[in-house]
Amino acid sequence: MSRGGALPNSWGRYPSVRQRSLTLRQASDPIQTGAEQVLPFGNGRSYGDVCLNDGGTLLLTRGLDRFIAFDPTMGILRAEAGVLLSEILALIVPQGWFLPVTPGTRFVTLGGAVANDVHGKNHHVAGSFGEQVRLFELLRSDGTRLLCGPEQNIEWFRATVGGLGLTGLIAWVEIQLQRIANPWIVVEHRRFANLHEFFALNDDYEARYPYIVSWIDCAAAGRTLGRGLYLAGMHAPPGVVAPAPPLRRSLTVPFTPPVSWVNKLSVHGFNGLYYHLPRPARGLTPYQPFFYPLDNLLEWNRLYGARGFFQYQCVIPPESARDALREILARIAASGQGSMLAVLKRFGARTSGGLLSFPRPGVTLALDFPNLGPTTFALLNRLDEVTRQAGGAVYPAKDARMSGDCFRHYFPRWSIFANFIDPCFSSSFWRRVMTD
Amino acid sequence: MRNILIVGATSAIAEAAARRFAASGARFYLVGRNAEKLAAITRDLEIRSGQPVHGESLDLDLLDQHPALLERVEQALGGIDIALIAHGMLPDQEACQRSVAMTLAAIHTNALSAISLATLLANAFEARGRGALVVIGSVAGDRGRRSNYVYGAAKGMVGLFLQGLRNRLSGKDIQIITVKPGFVDTPMTATFEKKGLLWAQPDQIAKGIVAAVEHRRDVVYLPWFWRWIMLVILHIPERVFKNLKTIVINLGLQGGLLLY
Repeated sequence: MSRGGALPNSWGRYPSVRQRSLTLRQASDPIQTGAEQVLPFGNGRSYGDVCLNDGGTLLLTRGLDRFIAFDPTMGILRAEAGVLLSEILALIVPQGWFLPVTPGTRFVTLGGAVANDVHGKNHHVAGSFGEQVRLFELLRSDGTRLLCGPEQNIEWFRATVGGLGLTGLIAWVEIQLQRIANPWIVVEHRRFANLHEFFALNDDYEARYPYIVSWIDCAAAGRTLGRGLYLAGMHAPPGVVAPAPPLRRSLTVPFTPPVSWVNKLSVHGFNGLYYHLPRPARGLTPYQPFFYPLDNLLEWNRLYGARGFFQYQCVIPPESARDALREILARIAASGQGSMLAVLKRFGARTSGGLLSFPRPGVTLALDFPNLGPTTFALLNRLDEVTRQAGGAVYPAKDARMSGDCFRHYFPRWSIFANFIDPCFSSSFWRRVMTD
Repeated sequence: MRNILIVGATSAIAEAAARRFAASGARFYLVGRNAEKLAAITRDLEIRSGQPVHGESLDLDLLDQHPALLERVEQALGGIDIALIAHGMLPDQEACQRSVAMTLAAIHTNALSAISLATLLANAFEARGRGALVVIGSVAGDRGRRSNYVYGAAKGMVGLFLQGLRNRLSGKDIQIITVKPGFVDTPMTATFEKKGLLWAQPDQIAKGIVAAVEHRRDVVYLPWFWRWIMLVILHIPERVFKNLKTIVINLGLQGGLLLY
């Protein structure tokens, strides 16, 4: 272990906190705890403050990055919690395996994927990441090591999947992979003019495609409200001979501009263009641009300027989804704030059982907002009114501002969860949603 | 598929280098003192390389064990293409000043043990007609300083020894590479405050090690800018240098003050 004074940020670069850090290197080492509360920190891809610990210490897990076991015939992989999904893909894809569930960036750690119970484009068929977990080891500050899985220490499993790193340190994780024939994805694009068409497309495509996501134009209002692009994909079957993919080099946003480059003008311009950009209806694409469209623009979060940004991701139950989404989109369009890439997806009925897991049946909407200060907070609170009234929830992994009252309403099992929190662990997020 | 011996395989730099070697196909023999850490790294490299990984835990201070160790390596791998000597320890300078035994122990581990292995490996390479020996030295070996001259003296001895070895074997298909890292964020430097631009990650050093083998380099400073920093430091007259408590290198960026 080594101590550092560096202050990791979360992906949204808000809030800014003071905390110390401790680099972990051996999964077999006990947790060093002192007077300060600790919190595991993976690769800093959660947006708000679930990965921050103001006044405390972060346990940096990227040093726990060893593979422990891989069975290439059964597709079972066990690795330390700090391994990145990108490192797993580099190992398994050439051997004909793929992640069973992947979020929209591959630069997250395995432990972070479990602790936030992340989801992907195949939620309607596969559920969330926690459902793919066969086993993990939970290390508590008192030195206890618990093996947890769907059939073993189930209560600890349910608390830790989606448990935001608060139940202890996840030392390693074992997951079941899925077979693929090649690294290619068959993709289909469709435009939809409004939410009604979006739902009709879902009914048609969800049975045929495992991967579905939509981009929605959140700057559109009035007659064009709810227009967007529907994207469906599946792993290409054996025998597909695809052209050599073009060499894609990563670009890096080299500095943080003082004010956000994402503003009313650029959002309107981009969204209008993006909607009308011609695309082939059907095609083949390598898996990387399909699953990780933003991973090639490294440090894109800098585009939102020095004050950072918020992401708002909510889920609305099926029965109220149409009306609530229309109301949310109308409120965003009226505010003139909003983002380039707003994402819409219908979740399936499957659940990992995590006490604080976010995915649940309904439609989820995710958008970015540059931090413009009080006007942004006010807008997000107005969105929370709609989400709450519709019986929905907001995703903690992306949140930096929801009220404690809202959190406890969205996640009524928080009081059961609280019994499993390690006495030496805490986070800025948890203290925030427990106090106000 | 290259046969690679790594001595001090549990060091952060060695582990990062092994992963990079594994990516282009390698068969490993790993030697380290801590059996538990060695086992974790062995499993990881087996998965990454898709090959069985050989190894053993051994206290490398036991110099008389070195010949037998190399025999076991030869048996397991059948000839070594690359040997990386990466073991070492950072002694407590002030404690060494009070204890001859501690000073000599630090020199034993950091210098004598490396020299013993380098001698045996160089002879094996000479007999075989080829091979690459990579030894991790340090910028601290370039000039004696009050804050860590025991460590520096040992690393300096290794550097001078390798220089001679390189001259002796010149003209043959044998590489003798001295790697001189600057400040690296590893468990060995756990007690330092790691602020500033001069601190490198182990993988940056590993990348430089792999490149040094590919490009047949003799002496490499890692990261590259240490060559120029050390050039300046080596040219400060001793009567000035001995009075400098700290040489402050102000890189300006990030407020990157670093006490050398």
